[in-house]
Amino acid sequence: MKRLVAARMDRCIGCHSCSLACARLVHKILSWEHAGIRISSSGGLTTGFQAEVCLACDPPPCAAACPTGSLKARPGGGVVRNKSLCIQCGQCVPACPVGAIAQDRAGDIYVCIHCGQCVPFCPHDCLELVEVGS
Amino acid sequence: MNPVVILEVHLDTGTARLRRLPEARAALGGSGLAATLFSQYARPTEAWDHPDQPIIFAIGPLTGYFPLMSKTVCAFVSPRHGGYAESHAGGRSALALRFAGLDALVLVGRAPRPSVVHVGAHHVSVQDAGYLWGMDALSCAKLIRRQISGSGHRSIWRIGVAGERRSPMACINVDTFRHFGRLGCGAALGAKNIKAVAVTGEEHQTLPTGKGYAALYADIFRDLTDTEMMHKYHNLGTPENLEPLDALQALPWRNLQATSKPEAIGSMSGQHFADTALLRNAACAGCPVGCVHIGFVREKFLPQDNRYLYRQVSYDYEPIFALGTMLDLRAPTEVLALLDDVEKAGLDAMSAGVALAWATEAMERGIITEAHTGLRLAFGATHVYREAITRMAEARQEFWAHLAQGADAAAQVYGGADFACVLGQEMAGYATGETFFVSQALGLRHSHLDTGAYSYDQANPPQDTAAAVRFLVGDEAERVLLTSMVACLFARKVYSRERLAQCLTAIGMGDLASDLAATARILQARRWQQRLAFGFNPTAIPIPRRFTEVVTWRGPVDAHYLAELQKAYAQAIKALAAEVPA
Ligand code: SF4
Ligand code: SF4
Ligand code: SF4
Repeated sequence: MKRLVAARMDRCIGCHSCSLACARLVHKILSWEHAGIRISSSGGLTTGFQAEVCLACDPPPCAAACPTGSLKARPGGGVVRNKSLCIQCGQCVPACPVGAIAQDRAGDIYVCIHCGQCVPFCPHDCLELVEVGS
Repeated sequence: MNPVVILEVHLDTGTARLRRLPEARAALGGSGLAATLFSQYARPTEAWDHPDQPIIFAIGPLTGYFPLMSKTVCAFVSPRHGGYAESHAGGRSALALRFAGLDALVLVGRAPRPSVVHVGAHHVSVQDAGYLWGMDALSCAKLIRRQISGSGHRSIWRIGVAGERRSPMACINVDTFRHFGRLGCGAALGAKNIKAVAVTGEEHQTLPTGKGYAALYADIFRDLTDTEMMHKYHNLGTPENLEPLDALQALPWRNLQATSKPEAIGSMSGQHFADTALLRNAACAGCPVGCVHIGFVREKFLPQDNRYLYRQVSYDYEPIFALGTMLDLRAPTEVLALLDDVEKAGLDAMSAGVALAWATEAMERGIITEAHTGLRLAFGATHVYREAITRMAEARQEFWAHLAQGADAAAQVYGGADFACVLGQEMAGYATGETFFVSQALGLRHSHLDTGAYSYDQANPPQDTAAAVRFLVGDEAERVLLTSMVACLFARKVYSRERLAQCLTAIGMGDLASDLAATARILQARRWQQRLAFGFNPTAIPIPRRFTEVVTWRGPVDAHYLAELQKAYAQAIKALAAEVPA
């Protein structure tokens, strides 16, 4: 099982290439916000950048909050998502302690599925796909 | 095909109107769209600060869809020359507009009181913000960030005191490290009583289906990050140019009294900046290159105690020239201290530095005295310049109020026009020769980015007026195409015309891709029409004597050739504008 880790965010230049890649390749939209990983500055650009991204909890509180089973615990941490079961209730959003789940106005949710497609688009090698305990 | 979406905000009433223009696709976006909108809104018979004059912010069809399509074009009536002007900036400005669902934002009217404009995909407001008036550009943004949510996905454009005082050198600071810098757009915003514009980009957009788009994106991304092509921009950045230009005798020092200082360039080189003052890099949203170089200023604020503060300041070749070599400074930290001051004051770094250089020489020559300035200006005197920057931005005292109008405007009052280094506006840092001087003096934006004339000079071509004009006209067309998309010009080698056509096709705008050369020529002509409609006369632009005294590696500048080139380029500009119906 693999897991995405935002391991070296102190190198981040705030280019949003990772978010744009996730939106483009995983969610098939153009966005810097509706993606599994999102970049924000902690109060202005002088303070550097941070990533809002799933930390792969095991067990995952977001899945526990999901009433329909759309989010289910993934072996190795985090969740797998069955989009067809999602009723856009938004219960998972506040259940995540680190704000890793985004919801758009239509109610659709965006959470990292640890696929690693964003990793090659980070020019400063901030992101890593690591193997987690089998 | 999606229509072009324009949000028109009426500052006097706080109301807004959404317009959808299918026909404007012909103007692509960015520069082309800005010129088209300008022709609809601007009033050639009125002054630059008439409330009806628009300020237009435009992005292009490829913004966000491809890397380095990360710039916004700001079009306005310049307080410098009273006509069509463009200034370009990156930061998060372009993506914020894209995700706010807008191709262009047009501000018209004048707010009754100092205000902040906030727009987003689901939001428009013009709010009183009298408490921000008089505040420096950095503190202002800090407060606005507390009021508007969306960290990382918003862009805040604001002016300093210089813009409030309507100085033609006032810039608009974008997201702390970038600027709509030149030709006084900060004054245009100030004249509308607008302290800041915040854009929240909170919506996603649709993407073309099918594999072609993502594959093309990945190809371009690879070119921009893997190859040597962009290395210079993320390594030392543009300051890499300081040493080679000094070696060519093409780097302006001491108000362009010299073009090389072998004994001093070591302390002003890009490498020295990186070694002693570089803190980290940053990027515009949507750009993996990360050309923004952020340095630090550390200051002891209690002289008797070890109490320090530090600030982060972005630097580039141009500001180092203007506030460094032009003022004969010798240490990166001193240049960064001045840059920090102009940043807060909301002054364009290039104009401010070149204006101070003129004032320093004027004082050396006794044209102005301490009675005028209240300060003893001297080359290299950093602490005096720090005070001068504040006085200039605040237009304190008669002299500084005159200088805040530009070095040429001050020279009209006090004399010394011969050595005011102004080519349409204060010069950019290239003393490369006749082609560059003519290009900046006559260029549509009076910018070193209008054409690649500085490289043309460096290639050392034989004197040939017709060939030089052909280059200027042709190169401008290529650049207009890029600034209509709106690409960062650093990506010009990657985004060839063929590539741009592929990109447009990949996102379903193939019909725009068919004859980009012809489109570019039309856009170029339209922009010139706007410039000429307000009375611009390229033949009459003065090129001060100082430029004819320059000696480069090729020898002295040829005043006769310079004049011939100006005449020929002026004719070419008029002919260009006549190519399309008004
Ligand atoms: S989305 Fe949040 S709660 Fe769910 S697994 Fe990831 S970090 Fe944990
Ligand atoms: S690992 Fe996959 S799902 Fe997670 S942020 Fe990256 S691209 Fe998106
Ligand atoms: S791609 Fe890398 S450098 Fe760019 S925003 Fe994401 S983490 Fe930061």
